[in-house]
Amino acid sequence: MRLHKEKKSEEFEPDMTPMIDIVFQLIAFFMVLVNFTKIDADNRVDLPVSSIAKPPGKSDKQPLMLQMTEDGQVILAGDTMAVESQEFDSRLFRESRRLGAIWGEAANVPVVVRGHMNAKTGDIQELITKCQSKSFQLFRLRAKIK
Amino acid sequence: MKVRSRDKNDKIELQMTPMIDIVFQLLVFFIMTFNVVKKEGDFNILMPGKPADATLTEVAPTKLQLRMTAAGDGSLASMTLNDVSMAGGDPFQALHQDIRGKLPNGSGPASDADYEIEIKCDYGLKYENVIKAINAVNGYRPPGGDEEDIVTLIDKIRFAAPVK
Repeated sequence: MRLHKEKKSEEFEPDMTPMIDIVFQLIAFFMVLVNFTKIDADNRVDLPVSSIAKPPGKSDKQPLMLQMTEDGQVILAGDTMAVESQEFDSRLFRESRRLGAIWGEAANVPVVVRGHMNAKTGDIQELITKCQSKSFQLFRLRAKIK
Repeated sequence: MKVRSRDKNDKIELQMTPMIDIVFQLLVFFIMTFNVVKKEGDFNILMPGKPADATLTEVAPTKLQLRMTAAGDGSLASMTLNDVSMAGGDPFQALHQDIRGKLPNGSGPASDADYEIEIKCDYGLKYENVIKAINAVNGYRPPGGDEEDIVTLIDKIRFAAPVK
């Protein structure tokens, strides 16, 4: 506690500004790194539990990821739509062409189905039937591993 | 450039308060964004759209039909395997024991028979019941085994049209 008046000026005040600048740079860096996107794992979809589901192997070719919410809507590439909608039909057809070219044919493309545990079985089956109509045959029903 | 004579001691005071503030901000941020990701696994099922052509198998697989009915809220009301009801507190455990009874050595070259199961559910049945059923009939992990040690029971699984 200084009682006397300071005549001298402190020339060496450590400047906090660059320190805070760097700290904010770090925060911005980690914010960009943290992935909040729900493209492949929407948090609306709570998977059912299984004890023997096989973890997917690593593959350099991407499969078709489809997700189904509790109320029966399908999520494809981040967009939510109805299974019976024209939009889903045309996008599924485009995916069958695109992935079919990568995997050889649509029948070789694995379709990963991430269905909510409380979704209706009939809705899931309608989704599978829709995929079959676009020549998909290989399905992977995804579950949380207990 | 200011040239001043410094004949006093320079005290460099580092103010820790903003440093600590920022560090706590960072800490809170990373705690809030911490996300525990559960491991996910797949059940691989081949489901061709059109019925398969008559494949040249030596022995036709024995067909089983699993029928699951739903209550009003989608929960499992009843389960029957080839018209034999799976009673008890845990019908999925009863189903699993039944299948293990049919295939004591698992499937594969040493197995006694080849089975194919068709799952027929009510439309409104909750999807988790289907996964539990597949979990029960597909295989099991023997006690004391590794993570990869799974004995396969039935891997030919089909779905019948849902019952509305």
